[in-house]
Amino acid sequence: MRALVEIISVWAIPLMIVGIAVVAALRRVPVYEEFVEGAKEGFQTAIRIIPFLVAMLVAIGMFRAAGGVDALTTLVQPLLSWMNFPAELLPLSLMRPLSGSASMAIFGELVKTHGPDSLIARMAGTLMGSTETTFYVIAVYFGSVAVTRTRHAVAAGLLADAAGVLASVWVCRWLFAGL
Amino acid sequence: MLNYIWLTLLVLSLALAAWKDITLGNTQAMKAVTEAAIDSSKTAVTLSLGLIGVMSLWLGVMRLAEKGGLVEALGRVLRPVLSWLFPEVPAGHPALGAIVMNTAANMLGLANAATPLGLKAMEELQKLNPRKDTASNAMCTFLAINTSSVQLVPATAVALMAAAGAAQPTAIIGSALIATSISTLVGITAVKTLERLPVFRVSETRAEEKP
Repeated sequence: MRALVEIISVWAIPLMIVGIAVVAALRRVPVYEEFVEGAKEGFQTAIRIIPFLVAMLVAIGMFRAAGGVDALTTLVQPLLSWMNFPAELLPLSLMRPLSGSASMAIFGELVKTHGPDSLIARMAGTLMGSTETTFYVIAVYFGSVAVTRTRHAVAAGLLADAAGVLASVWVCRWLFAGL
Repeated sequence: MLNYIWLTLLVLSLALAAWKDITLGNTQAMKAVTEAAIDSSKTAVTLSLGLIGVMSLWLGVMRLAEKGGLVEALGRVLRPVLSWLFPEVPAGHPALGAIVMNTAANMLGLANAATPLGLKAMEELQKLNPRKDTASNAMCTFLAINTSSVQLVPATAVALMAAAGAAQPTAIIGSALIATSISTLVGITAVKTLERLPVFRVSETRAEEKP
């Protein structure tokens, strides 16, 4: 299983690049010229997202530095302990939608302190795999097309994250009941 | 919504840092907030500039896929699902092909490929959007699928656990698959329910202002 997964993820990119180029060539597309034509947009797109990313990352960075995540943790702790939610996972769950690198660091800490085969580590790993850095994705995706009124996208994204967090805890409790 | 969230984050960071510094009688927290503001702005630029290469690569590949008819073919094969998720997008529109390719890249955990393809999808969806500053239903649905994480294998988490000496680092593949399916289902249900709420509805009179 693990070997198969590894092979797929290693082969995917070269196969996609070469496969798509070969199919296009068979359909008589001038592949080199068209590739360059498409690639021209890359620079523009990357530059266009800068202001949106600066706005989002600065606000998140300041909030984190001021200890905002810790404050949130204390605030929601009573509710979650009532729901039988493991307190160890709370900082990770709150950090996850805000920052990919910071949540990865917290995950690394959890694995180190509780052991890589512990229930908490498995819950945390499952959580990392079933949630996203919602605010980053929203800033970059909407920023690239200059959409500023995001309507229900943030709410839906955060609900999906919350579902992923709760599902991770329940699924792991059920699957790894022996731990 | 982003306006409120953004302002809340800023005001809360100032208030929290001020409270901490006043109770402790020093200036440490405020210094940390200052540093974070400067550093984060630099990180944002580094991140964006770092995207230029992969962005160009995948937009080039995407163009080949489009010209070669692959994007359209993908959209046609998955039409039943896509027309339910994105009823406003006409069948065979390039946006659908880009959405499918982005989702496929996300499923395989190819983050480098997923972002450029996702941005391409947003660009195509924006062409169909009657109000350019406001997110369309299709955009929100696409974002919900994206942020709910559709990754089949949490490769980074597995690698980290393996590096920490786990006996069974792949144990989380099954649990993550179940959890991510649940989060995606909730994300889609949420987005489809929320788009009907009056708060989030695009006011029709204003939409008709543009000819």
